[in-house]
Amino acid sequence: MGLYIAKRLLAAIPVLFGLTIIVFVIMAMIPGDPATAILGSYATPENVERLNRELGLDKPMVQQYFIWLGNLFQGDLGRSFILNRPVLDEVLERFNATLILAGTALILCSVLGLLAGVISAVRQFGVADKLITFIVLIGISIPSFWLGLLLILVFSVQLKMFPVSGMYAIYGGGGPLDLLHHLFLPALTLAAVATGVIARLTRTAMLEVLRQDYIRTARAKGVPERSVIYKHAFKAALVSIIPVIGIQAGFVLGGAVYIETVFQWPGIGSMLVKAISTRDLLLVQGGVLVVAAAYVLFNLAADVVQTLVDPRLR
Amino acid sequence: MRKLLAAAIGAVSLMTASPAFSQTPPNVAVVGQIAEPKSLDPATVTAVNDFRILVNIYDGLTRYKDGTLEVEPSLAESWTISDDGTVYTFKLRSGIKFQDGTDFNADAVKFNFDRMLKDDHPFHDTGPFPLSFFFSAVKDVKAVDATTVEFTLNAPYAPFLSNLAYPTGLIVSPAAVEKSGKDFGRNPVGTGAFKFEEWEANAKVVVSRYDEYWDGAAPLEAVVYRPITDANTRIAEMLAGGLDIMVEVPPDSLQQFRDGGEFQVLEQAGPHVWFLILNAKEGPFADKLVRQAANYAIDKKALVDNVLQGTADIAAGPTPPAFAWAYDESLEPYPYDPEKAKELLKQAGYDGKELTFYVTEGGSGMLDPIAMGTAIQADLQAVGMKVKIETYEWNTFLGKVNPGLEGKADMAEMAWMTNDPDTLPYLALRSEAFPDKGGFNSGYYSNPEVDELLNKAREVTDQGERAKLYKEMQKIVQEDAPWVFVANWKQNAVTKASVENFKLQPSFFLMLQKVAKPQ
Repeated sequence: MGLYIAKRLLAAIPVLFGLTIIVFVIMAMIPGDPATAILGSYATPENVERLNRELGLDKPMVQQYFIWLGNLFQGDLGRSFILNRPVLDEVLERFNATLILAGTALILCSVLGLLAGVISAVRQFGVADKLITFIVLIGISIPSFWLGLLLILVFSVQLKMFPVSGMYAIYGGGGPLDLLHHLFLPALTLAAVATGVIARLTRTAMLEVLRQDYIRTARAKGVPERSVIYKHAFKAALVSIIPVIGIQAGFVLGGAVYIETVFQWPGIGSMLVKAISTRDLLLVQGGVLVVAAAYVLFNLAADVVQTLVDPRLR
Repeated sequence: MRKLLAAAIGAVSLMTASPAFSQTPPNVAVVGQIAEPKSLDPATVTAVNDFRILVNIYDGLTRYKDGTLEVEPSLAESWTISDDGTVYTFKLRSGIKFQDGTDFNADAVKFNFDRMLKDDHPFHDTGPFPLSFFFSAVKDVKAVDATTVEFTLNAPYAPFLSNLAYPTGLIVSPAAVEKSGKDFGRNPVGTGAFKFEEWEANAKVVVSRYDEYWDGAAPLEAVVYRPITDANTRIAEMLAGGLDIMVEVPPDSLQQFRDGGEFQVLEQAGPHVWFLILNAKEGPFADKLVRQAANYAIDKKALVDNVLQGTADIAAGPTPPAFAWAYDESLEPYPYDPEKAKELLKQAGYDGKELTFYVTEGGSGMLDPIAMGTAIQADLQAVGMKVKIETYEWNTFLGKVNPGLEGKADMAEMAWMTNDPDTLPYLALRSEAFPDKGGFNSGYYSNPEVDELLNKAREVTDQGERAKLYKEMQKIVQEDAPWVFVANWKQNAVTKASVENFKLQPSFFLMLQKVAKPQ
């Protein structure tokens, strides 16, 4: 197992390496530069050239890349042009917030999705199944940023139950309870689509397993129904669902970009959007690297869990 | 299952039972900003969004008089200007201390300008300083004694006093720069009414009252600036009571805040002008008659009332009325007259050639550029001018427009916000300001008379004399029509009814020194 994990981690290195090159090339290809972004309407060719020189952007792209790479090996991700702050500080601070949001959303969508899927399958064509299928369809279809605004309007503006935005209360905030309070709506919004996907897949997988001969055998042997469903059927269905959860983790991370903007969550998604629009190359590079690494780790974790659940894969 | 549900309900009620989260405490103002600041080092930033914080932490040698764009003393209590307009001697207020306890004096002033302007200054690397060209006329700064500082300019430059009042000229604490170096922008220290407390990335910037403020301690104990990028979220936060002051309210939502008496809505015209650059070098717009025709053909009232929903006024010329002292009141905007436009086009022999129109998706001061661009296209089509729109993202757009329109386009949207009536016409209407000479005259307008007026207006230091020159320039430029003059934006803000003494300034700065919020 340890060897397997080590192998997978090693395999991730060229992926991440390639990614940094792609980001660099794309950022070099799109028009505009940080100097123009900083200067705005004052961006004369002369001013842009002067500022680019001061920012160290007048060097050839290839040279800039190798300087960046060299620094990376010393644990230095450079300095953001726009924020005038070490990229590493900004990225870590932001990623922490994203991890809390995306992690919660992931737990939420796994628990809700699996639960809904199992109930749906067991009560196939019953009232519960129809209700769940209906809600799941809505969850998948609603654009998440719109859902977010809707939740804000109802639960924050009208009912005043949850805060509109932010991660902690602006004054006298802090503590896990305050965090949870702020986390609820964005995490729910972010989890909506993934919950739907997982629920539908769980339903299908469960229905398939429930039709298998060994389930009939178990029932015929007189195993209690609860045990048939959770011990025999669910465990088998889980094998095909876990990789999907791993992939959903990626979608949740990606979806965080919108949700963070709607709820003003100080995460890495909203940071990347701003960094791209201001052509803040090093900040984009650092942010993408961290997100990609997280994605790789999520998928690895899903595979490891799958191996643990399914003895055939060992 | 039932237990789980009960636990969930319990958790939710526990969370909602925590103290009234959306109400802001008394004597603390929470301000909803449109983005996180880039830095709190005034010499390194360019955005109004950042200025809104900076003007409360720092002071300049001069400042704008309340409600105007006229200069009055601030950290400098008086000044004299040499007869040739090249030596400015400032007498500084004595006994002022920076928020870190160090003295404000002539040496501090010298440090500030040397840091920005001299490549060999030990702290020049705390830059870059993108707007340092505001002070490019400064040749030398000399600390004569502790409270006297002398600026020598390389040529007379009348906007100098006004530039000193601009955030680029705000005075930072040298000791704090020496201590924090490149991170000064995150640990700012000035002489202003509020001192910096903390900055949480993309969550908040907190400043608290500086009790020793030379101009009287502020009534507010603290101000919290919150970046909320999404306008809908900002509105929701205001409605839920989580903000006391909100800037840049989308036009659609203003009415909502006007009803009910819970909020007050403020509007203030600023030194902003939204215009179309016309390519006067080649193509149909090389003919003055065609340029005038475009000015007649576009229904500016419809743009201002319908597209911008009353958040702007119709512009008459290149200078915004907010520069009251330099604005020519007699100037009437080009009326909406499609018949006259058609007549002028006929007279000019316009052959119906298709025009390329650069439109941007958004950008500083650009208001609602796509909707405006489309409406303008329709107005021009109506008089027989075929217009092809090309839309670009802001940075790309600037990269296309600023180097000049030649060979690429016939017209482009643009907007400017400045602090002195000199800035925009000097940088964008003179023959010496063609893009290849480092200016912003992307439409290649050239009129020797205008050149002379603008050059002269820089040299005379008497405000009355300058005003005369600018007024004359506005008449000529309006007649020559190098641009289509479209709109002057009105800045707006909404505050809770409990916020007192809050005013918007024509400078668009958010001055909170006198604002109170007792409950």
